[in-house]
Amino acid sequence: MRLNMFIPFAIFCLLSAALFVGLNLNPGNIPSALINDPVPEFSLPIVGGEEIGFSSNDLGAEDEVILVNFFASWCAPCYVEHPFLMKLKERGYKIYGVSYKDKARDTNGFIERQGNPYYKIAADEMGRVSIDWGVYGVPETYIIKNGIIMYKHAGPIHEMEFEDKIIPIIESIEQ
Amino acid sequence: MRYILSLFVLMTLSFSALAVGVDEVRLADPAEEARAQGLMKQLRCLVCQNQSIVDSDAALAKDLRIIVRERITAGDNDEQALSFMTSRYGDWVLLKPPFDGGTIILWLSPLLLLIVGFYIVYRSQKGRQTKLIVEPLSAKEQSRVNELLKEGNGD
Repeated sequence: MRLNMFIPFAIFCLLSAALFVGLNLNPGNIPSALINDPVPEFSLPIVGGEEIGFSSNDLGAEDEVILVNFFASWCAPCYVEHPFLMKLKERGYKIYGVSYKDKARDTNGFIERQGNPYYKIAADEMGRVSIDWGVYGVPETYIIKNGIIMYKHAGPIHEMEFEDKIIPIIESIEQ
Repeated sequence: MRYILSLFVLMTLSFSALAVGVDEVRLADPAEEARAQGLMKQLRCLVCQNQSIVDSDAALAKDLRIIVRERITAGDNDEQALSFMTSRYGDWVLLKPPFDGGTIILWLSPLLLLIVGFYIVYRSQKGRQTKLIVEPLSAKEQSRVNELLKEGNGD
């Protein structure tokens, strides 16, 4: 047997392995371009009001790890995620909420019915600040420390994912 | 014939062929609008991933189209307008990946495969050629040939 005969087989195996890995990647998981960057400069009003809800300065002033969650009352996965956000609040996490392209009345109704897991809520009715953050769908959650974006999670956070993926990241940041 | 021809002309002139986000305001300057639309075709809709923001109906695509037009109006050149997007959404937002360290394999692999292909064809063709080994005739064979030739001439 010549060694040459195994080369096509070896190439086939390599290609299969590469394609198999590629097939298992989640195409919905687009890495954020802003990891390790400071949060984009913004200032958003409170829901249904003129006063400032919170701004990039507020996020920068936090020296503990905080979460910024983009949500909307019209977003079905946000309802799925909500009970877990309530749990995170109980566990002492500070979550800033940005209501994305939502009417004030609907956002308020959502919070009244589902509970309020947020430390502060601001409204991005035009969705422009969210675009600056690289948001491409709701819900999305960012992990921030000292105003720097450490991690982004697209889609609803499930408890298991939070324990397995996000807790280790938070712990490594806190060290 | 003329009827069919005029129908064809009308069809190609149909506005749906040029439809870009009917819902939004185009730029007043046709040259700028053309530039904006050229850029939109290069930008991926992040919601329906293999469409450009021109083709997509998603709300986010609409917002991004408006932003592209704003950037052009603000005096951005093409590169600046695209980097506005890549700074927020990464290179992934470009339908055509840029040529850099991370994508060099992607860009060069077709050429590489072509070269490998040519090499394989070259190798297999070379092996297939049967080698003709011409040995001089022995004295006995030569005399036999001469005999046969003589006989042939005799007829």
